[in-house]
Parts: sequence; C-alpha cells; structure tokens
Amino acid sequence: MGKFQLFPVQASTLAPEVDHLLYFLLAVTVFFTVLIFGAIFYFAIKYRRRSENELPHVQHTGYTLEILWSVIPFGITMVMFTWGASIFFTASKPPNNAIQIYAVGKQWMWKLEHLEGQREINELHIPVNTPVRLTMASEDVIHSFFVPAFRTKQDVVPGRYSTTWFTATKPGKYHLFCAEYCGTNHSGMIGWVYAMEPMDYQNWLSGGAAEGSMAETGKKLFEQLACNNCHKEDNSGRGPNLVGVFGKQVQLAGGGVVTADEAYFRESILQPQAKIVSGFEPVMPTFQGLVTEEQLVQLVEYVKSLGPKPGTGPVDNGQKPAPKKSSNAGSTPANR
Amino acid sequence: MITAAAQEREHYLNASYGLKSWLLTKDHKRIGLLYLATITLFFFIGGAFATLIRVELLTPQGDLVSSETYNKLFTMHGVMMIFFFLIPSIPAVLGNFFLPMMIGARDLAFPKLNLLSWYLLVVGGLFSLYAMLAGGVDTGWTFYTPYSTTYSNGYVIATALGIFIAGFSSILTGLNFIVTIHRMRAPGMTWFRMPLFVWAHYATSLIQVLGTPVLAVTIVLLFLERVFHLGIFDPARGGDPVLFQHLFWFYSHPAVYIMVLPSMGVVSEIISTFSRKAIFGYRIVAFSSVAIAVLGFLVWGHHLFVSGQSLYAGMVFSFLSYFVAIPSAIKVFNWTATLYKGSISFQTPMLYALGFIGLFTIGGLTGLFVAALGIDIHVTDTYFVVAHFHYIMVGGALMGYLGGMHFWWPKMTGRMYPEGWAKLSALVIFLGFNLTFFPQFILGYLGMPRRYHVYPPEFQVLNVLSTAGASVLAVGYMIPMIYFIWSLRYGKEAPANPWGATGLEWQTSSPPPVHNFEETPVVTHGAYDYASLMAEEAEVG
Repeated sequence: MGKFQLFPVQASTLAPEVDHLLYFLLAVTVFFTVLIFGAIFYFAIKYRRRSENELPHVQHTGYTLEILWSVIPFGITMVMFTWGASIFFTASKPPNNAIQIYAVGKQWMWKLEHLEGQREINELHIPVNTPVRLTMASEDVIHSFFVPAFRTKQDVVPGRYSTTWFTATKPGKYHLFCAEYCGTNHSGMIGWVYAMEPMDYQNWLSGGAAEGSMAETGKKLFEQLACNNCHKEDNSGRGPNLVGVFGKQVQLAGGGVVTADEAYFRESILQPQAKIVSGFEPVMPTFQGLVTEEQLVQLVEYVKSLGPKPGTGPVDNGQKPAPKKSSNAGSTPANR
Repeated sequence: MITAAAQEREHYLNASYGLKSWLLTKDHKRIGLLYLATITLFFFIGGAFATLIRVELLTPQGDLVSSETYNKLFTMHGVMMIFFFLIPSIPAVLGNFFLPMMIGARDLAFPKLNLLSWYLLVVGGLFSLYAMLAGGVDTGWTFYTPYSTTYSNGYVIATALGIFIAGFSSILTGLNFIVTIHRMRAPGMTWFRMPLFVWAHYATSLIQVLGTPVLAVTIVLLFLERVFHLGIFDPARGGDPVLFQHLFWFYSHPAVYIMVLPSMGVVSEIISTFSRKAIFGYRIVAFSSVAIAVLGFLVWGHHLFVSGQSLYAGMVFSFLSYFVAIPSAIKVFNWTATLYKGSISFQTPMLYALGFIGLFTIGGLTGLFVAALGIDIHVTDTYFVVAHFHYIMVGGALMGYLGGMHFWWPKMTGRMYPEGWAKLSALVIFLGFNLTFFPQFILGYLGMPRRYHVYPPEFQVLNVLSTAGASVLAVGYMIPMIYFIWSLRYGKEAPANPWGATGLEWQTSSPPPVHNFEETPVVTHGAYDYASLMAEEAEVG
C-alpha cells in the first residue's frame, strides 16, 4: 500500500486557488451539515413521543423562515459561483507569454511534442515558473488531460483543438491521467509530468535527439505534400500566400471574416471547402485521412512560423488589417 | 378488530388466483407488486456487478478481471441501476400502488396503459440484460460518442434499444399519473389537500413525459450513426461529439430528479406521520418539487464544463445550477423544522427518512462543489463525482425507497415486518453506505479518475475502506430482502392504520379491497390534519 494522504500536492499556480475555494466550500458545508444534523438530533430527543395520545399543537403562519433560508443560502451560493467562475476564467485564458507544447491523445497513449522538436510518449517535461500552453488533439475518441497536482483538466475532443495551460511551481514528478473514459485500456493511458528548473529544462531540450523543430518538420511536410505548389510566398499561387497570416482576420468568399488561428488552419487542411478565402477558387483537395493529428500540428506550427516579413506586401487578397479582438488574441479554439 | 369473518374478507390479493390473474391484471396495486418483483431482480443484478467492481478495486493491479470485463461491469452496473431500477423504483412501485389511493381514486386513469408500461420495462430490461451478458457493452452508461458509435465493439445498439423501450414505460407511467391527478381526485381533494407524495409524483411525471422523449431521440441518432454511418456525432464524418453530451444530459440530468423527487415525497409523508405534525410550510415544499422539475431542465451543461463548451456557456450553467440547489435546501430545512415541537417516534420508516436527510444533505452540499467551475475542473470525472451522485441516487433515492417500502409494507401485504431486524438493517445500510462512499470524496480530490481498472498504489487505502463499506452495505440490503419475504407468512397481521397516519390509503383496510375503498371517500381537510384524525378515532372508539 502506498502512503496515505488527504489532499493532493499543490504544484501549480492554479492549485492553491482551487484549494482555497475548496476550503471555503468545506467551511460552509460543514457549518450547514452540523446545523442541520444538530437540529435533527436535538429535536429528535427533545420532542420524542412520550405518550401515544400526544398531539402537538404548532401553528405555522407566514413565510418569514422560508424566505430567510432561501435568501441566505442563495447569497452564499452566489459567492461560490463568482469565486468558481473567476478561477475558471483564469484557467481558460492562457497568458500570451506561455510556451507552446502540443499533445495528441490516442487509444491509449499521450504523445507530446515541443516546438523545438522533442517528442515524448506518456511523459511531459516542462520548466517551472513558466506558463505552458498545451494545444491538444485526439486521433480517435474523447480523452481528457488531467494533472491532479496542477488541478487542471481539459477534454481532448476529436475534430478540434482543445487548449489548457498551467504554470508549475514546484519541481517534481506528477501524475498525468486520462480522465475521460476512452475504451479498454483507459486506466493505462497515464503518464508523468516532470516539472524542472528552467536550466534543467533547457538542458533536457538540447539533450534529446530531435530531428529539427516542429516548424522545420512541418516545412518538410509542407513540401512533401506539395502544399507549396499552390501556397506560394510571392502571391502567384492558386492558394493564398500563408506568410504572416497567423492571428490575422481573413476575408472570406461570400462575406464574413475568420481569425486565422490553429483551428482554422486545421479545418482548411481537412475541409478546404469549408471557408474559402475571398478571391480564390475552391480547388484544394482534402487531406482528411492523409495526415495524422501529429502531422497536422507540425503543419500548423510551420504556418505559424511564417511570421510577417516586412515589405512582402499584402498577404491576403481583400484583407483589411482589422483590429484584433483582445479577448481572442492567444485564445484557443475550444474557448471561442 | 380482526375476527374469523374479517379474515376471509376479500381484498386485492385474494380476489382472484393464478398466473393469468396477475399477468393480465389491470389493478394498479397488483401492477405495483409486479414492478416490485421486477425491479428487485434488476437491483440485485446491478448490485452483483457493483460487488465485482469493488472486489476488483481492492488492489491497484487489475487482478480479478481483465480491463475489458471491468469496463463492461461498470457499464452494466450503471445501466441496470439507473434505467431499470432507480428510474422506475418509487414511481412504478409505490406511486403505482398509492398515488390513486392517496387521492381517493379506484385506479389510475388508464389501467391497461399501466399494465403495458410494466411489460415495456420487463421487455426493455431483459433485452438490455441479455445484450450486455451475451455481447457486453463497455461504453459506460453514458454512451459517449464517438467511442460508442465508432470504436466500441460491444452490443451498443441492442443495449440502448432496451433503454429505448423502457423509456416508453417511463413516459406512459408519467402520463398516467398526470391524468390521474388532474381527473380522478375524490370529492373535496383539492390540489392543496393532496399529500406531498402526490405533488412530488406530479413533478416527476412532468420530467418523465417531457424529458424521456429526448433520450429516445438521442438513442435513435446513435443508432443511425452506428448502423448507417450518418455523420451526427463523429467528427470524422462531420459530426460533433459534444452534441451527444448535450442531448444525453438534457435528459439524464433531469433523470436524477426522476430518481430523487419521489423519494422526497416519501420522506415528507414519513416525517409528518412520525412527528404527528403537518409538514412545515406545506405549500413551499409542494412548489419546491415543481421548481426542481422545471429548473432541472436548465442545468444539463454543468456536465460539460471541461468538454469544450464555451467559457460563457459554462458560466451560465454554473449559475443556474446554484438555482436548483435552493428548492432542495428549502425541503431539508422544512423537514427539519417539522420535527420542532413534534411528537416524534422512531420506527424503521422514520430511521430511513432521517437517514435520507443526512445522506441527501451531504450529496446536495457536495453538489455545490461540483457546480463551482473552479473546483469542477479538478474533480469532474474523478471519484468525487462518483461519491456525489451515489450520495444523491443511493443515499437519497434508495433510502427513500426503502423507507417507503417499510412505511407501506403493512398496507401492501397486510403484514408487519419485524421491527427489530428492520431497525438493525437501516443502521447497517446507513453505516455501510457512508463507509463505502465517503472515502471516494477524498479519493476524487486526490485525483483518482473514475472508470479506472488499474490505479496508482497510493490510492489503495481509501479503496480498501470503500470496498469494506460495500460489503457491509451488501449485508444491509440482504436483511430486508429476507425479512420482507419472511413477513409475508409469519409477520404480524397489520391493522388498517398502524402508524396513525392521515393519508386516505390508511382509511381503508390492509390489504386494501380490490377497488381500494368500500365507498368513495369525501375529503374535508388537508393532508396532515392529525387533530381531526385523532378526534375521529376517539369518536369511533
């Protein structure tokens, strides 16, 4: 048998916040439990039946008590709601300076890839005191990325990107679980998160036998799949020039705009006809079934790396430099 | 006063004999007993699955059964207990039997429909059971897509079809109750003279009639996708897996109230009877049942906080979930206040009712934890949730059911159960329940995910405690099973009104005559008027 504990370790910035709310809820619920149980025991003893013919005479008129014990609990629950919602809000908005890591869930393993190209299975190395943003995809069914020590959990739904983030505060080795039932070996879809001092993390990053960064791998793939035949950097291709597109508003054929984020890139590769950029013909074939989720994130990372280069002119036909909505910047597909 | 002549009195049990007289009966009381036998069977089957789960979890390794079998076990446990035991339990057995009697009616509005709904439950239950035992299903009772539509190899559709069939049983029962309550009340039985048990069933019936069709539609969509590969839920075919969760919980969250509202009705009857006092704030308690039924339809999204629904949807659902807590809290406070200055006696039904309040309070208060977005991120899909819903659905619904069974057993069978054994079993069940499920709150907060066949060794101590509790609980459930059967032959003969209760069902003999009342009762006072009752009894002598 392992060691016995009552509370899980706190190893992220979120963990103490969640625990403080828990302590508040514990205090409130213990108070009401004692109040109710105490009243029941007290009444049960004090007013026990003493003779068979006894008939209590109590008149109950008005609703003062009911109003009291509806309004007061409601007020308290609104504190719980507001407090809980504010934690949730923070937990849903990755900070802009977060480092990016990708995760792909599949029956029954977690595959993780760092921007620098390091790949891991069922292990995730991260630096402490640095916000980490995870963009996650699933190859098959719904999984859920759960690190109890960080108090974070996010379902990974197939067909879309899900995002979570955390800042580890304590170096150590923490459980990683799949929390959404995903089939036979669900309880085997577990692993470890290694939180390391930033220096150690840098050493670890440079130590691995990475085959080049994700963007580089993505670039190779981009050429292998002949994407570059149409998506040319000089605006002469049959498809839009992708340089500097990431994060911009893109004008669509038939009206409407879309933010060119990870989800839009993913969709445009798998379902190219869904949202055609204004000024282009719907000629792109689908890559559904030809690329894995892992390759998709590499492609996405490559396109993201094509930052705006000064002096390359308009990157999109018909695009106007629309002001970015601040709440959407760095937002995640899952949260929109 | 029972004389030799009175013993030969005709009642619903001895009016006719033979298998046919039961299988073709249109008497709501006999149909209630048919339901009782059926759901008792399903309960013990579901319990057997639970036992195997708990024994497997004694050790962190998967050493008793394979992962595949374990996944089938918790699926079968959930399916049997929820769809074929808890949802029918109180309405189909006690509601069927007593709802007409409590409002002074001779039967339900549609007796043939009532019999049909029993057959639907039997056919649905046996069908699902056969499918699960023959082929097995490993999707969990929640059937989440795309696992259930594309990846699971089990008999998903056959099992779901059984649930689909049983759903119509639930709809027809609800419909029958609503019409009966509207149309068949005895003279003088106004809405605010109805027992709270009837109010609770009215609210429950609304959910059954309005919610269950959505489950039926969801199962049809599941079928269309799994068999005809229509892209509804599977993203590879252009569907949305989260849509399934919305549809599923649109029914399955209100379904929790289908399980617990009738139990609250039972508890109101028991608390009043054994305190010899009207329920404190009768109208508020009655309306809170309806409020729970209505608000219950607006909170399904709190099952999806981390599923990828929008941030703001999560906030709205969290907010609304706290609303539904209020009518539940009112009920608990009002039951407690009913005890104040009462004349309280502690026969078995009262022990169960007090046990209900205790367990439901813990279940309800932990509901505040899971409704808080910040905490739910951490505890959802862990044993915290497992503990929470067992406190509501077993601690709440089942305690109420057992309390009601003891309360009305004398009326149903004409026999008293043995009081000493019954008190003992109530205590054993209460302690066993807490030992089983309280450790799971801690396990969940520590991070143990649900539906885990194999788990990290640091979780073992709490799992061993939980399994120990489960064995106590199993013994607790066996005892009533034995003495109820024993009492049919050896129990003391029950008088018409052993508890001094006010309901109309107690004004007729035990067991009741075929048409419930020798003459249609005329109601002149409210549901819990103990003063009039005692005055009448004093007059009679």
